[in-house]
Amino acid sequence: MRHGKYPFIIGFLVVPVALYCTFVVAAYLQAFQLSFTSWSGFGAIKYIGLENFHKLWNDDLFWKSLRHNLFLLILLPVVTVALALVIAFLLNVGGSSRGGQTRGVRGSKAYRIIFFFPQLLALAIVAVIFQRVFGPDKSGMINGLFPDSWDNWLFLADERWAMTCILIVLIWQAVGFYVVLFSAGMGSIPAEIYEAAALDGASRIKLFFRITIPLLWGTIQVAWVYLGIAAFDAFAVVNIMTVDRGGPNGATSVLSLMIWRNTFEFSQVGYASAIGVVLFFLTLTFAALTLRVTRRESLEA
Amino acid sequence: MSNITSVPGADVVPTPAAKSAGRKPTVKREVNALTGMAHIGLILWALATAGPLIWVVLASFKTNTEIFLGKPFALPASFSFKTYADAWTEAHVGRYFINSVIVVLLSTAGTMLLGSMSAYVLARYRFFGNRFIYYLFVSGLAFPTFMALGPLFYILRSMGLLGTYTGLVLVYIAYSLPFTVFFLAAFFKTLPYEIEEAATVDGASHTRKFFQIMMPMARSGLVSITIFNIVGQWNQYLLPLAIITGPGTDDKLLLTQGIAKISVSAGYHAEWSTLFAALTLSILPMIIVYAIFQRQIQAGLTAGAVK
Repeated sequence: MRHGKYPFIIGFLVVPVALYCTFVVAAYLQAFQLSFTSWSGFGAIKYIGLENFHKLWNDDLFWKSLRHNLFLLILLPVVTVALALVIAFLLNVGGSSRGGQTRGVRGSKAYRIIFFFPQLLALAIVAVIFQRVFGPDKSGMINGLFPDSWDNWLFLADERWAMTCILIVLIWQAVGFYVVLFSAGMGSIPAEIYEAAALDGASRIKLFFRITIPLLWGTIQVAWVYLGIAAFDAFAVVNIMTVDRGGPNGATSVLSLMIWRNTFEFSQVGYASAIGVVLFFLTLTFAALTLRVTRRESLEA
Repeated sequence: MSNITSVPGADVVPTPAAKSAGRKPTVKREVNALTGMAHIGLILWALATAGPLIWVVLASFKTNTEIFLGKPFALPASFSFKTYADAWTEAHVGRYFINSVIVVLLSTAGTMLLGSMSAYVLARYRFFGNRFIYYLFVSGLAFPTFMALGPLFYILRSMGLLGTYTGLVLVYIAYSLPFTVFFLAAFFKTLPYEIEEAATVDGASHTRKFFQIMMPMARSGLVSITIFNIVGQWNQYLLPLAIITGPGTDDKLLLTQGIAKISVSAGYHAEWSTLFAALTLSILPMIIVYAIFQRQIQAGLTAGAVK
């Protein structure tokens, strides 16, 4: 019956596995290996033990970049999830209530279509758009909207606010996706639960905190992990949108940008790999911590 | 993973027959106020979302003087498509766009073919090393692409694939495999075994069963993950930036790279309206595609996050 099973299995697996091993597995393994070397990209590879990590420990730019990543890591998930939850809740149960039924707000489909659209735009293109939106003179959209009597805001050129601008762009792009995700989750919560609570006199605010959030907990966790991983990236936005790429004066430098510049601009592939290894362990720790800390009794049926 | 294709379309919490118990007026007022606030909040966010995009389209018709005048949402003095012609020919948006289409077509097709083949074998055949290969693929999800960037560059250079679409497409496929395999393997596991057994009894070969029985049965899962890969690969910026580089690659740039490049040169030459026209040209097709496949796209992109 299973005649010719092994030739078939091998035939189907050999190309994908070979491709994957060549470009993905080999590259990651080499990244670990190179993090212990002083390789510049050319010539012989020289092992220098943990020197790269030691250098990293004393590198001010590394700590600065790490702080910026942590800034995004904390605020991006908090703000995005909060906004998306509120918007999804308004869409699903913000409508008028007739005879005990809570209904979606009128036009919720149209809202959802608009909110989701930024997800389809490349982050690189979003970054180019917002570079102009945050333009430091009247040609910028926001400064253009301000009354003429106001001084122009510098936005990205201001060290104090440049990171916030990046955060805003990432939130702007991400919220719609999570609105749709949470809406799908809310749609699958049985209406009887809401009805029963409403009959007991629970207000909608109470419904939101006591029913919606606990029942969506699993989805919120997933969202948190995804957004955290996005916070460790942010390369496209920083590389394209910021002043002097990572400036002004290093105010928007992030780890991904450091890896890029050390690899392709400073010929310090070994050092870049060491940052990559640190980034890997940070991501892993974050994901494990999130899943552990937010673990709850599963309420989902 | 059984319900991955369910479309998040249920915007109304369905309730059985209404029961009009006597409701207190205070409750009703609270509800009306909340509905009003809900609309205000939703409209504000819709404006925040659509505003910058509308602004880009308006600015693409304006002269530099008009752009620097302030009043970002004022209508342009005249509607001329000259900026669009400039963006298409002189700034090469048309070429970048076609480049992106070619690369994404090839790489998505390759990803789907190789991804579904490996996912199918890993999900439905028992053999030595099955789990090892499966976890090898899935572990790729845990690594940040940034880590691999340097080594990847030198691997491609040593193979002579740097600056070529062959190299880029192969890399796209390789880096899309972990999620594709993870998602499709789970999907193939849920498909019934009876039909497959019947086909075996009828003497169908393994290859034939895959292409003629399993692939059509897995259609909904395949559609979701295809959309996911198209959007993901279309939006790639990091990999093309690292791979399509070096002498003679100027007209090989992809759309994301190209727009970033136009943005830089627009800054030097103060040709803002050309940049805005280029942006409009790159956004517009997305709007059209989205308008047609809105449901499928939302379902496909969120499928990965729904258990």
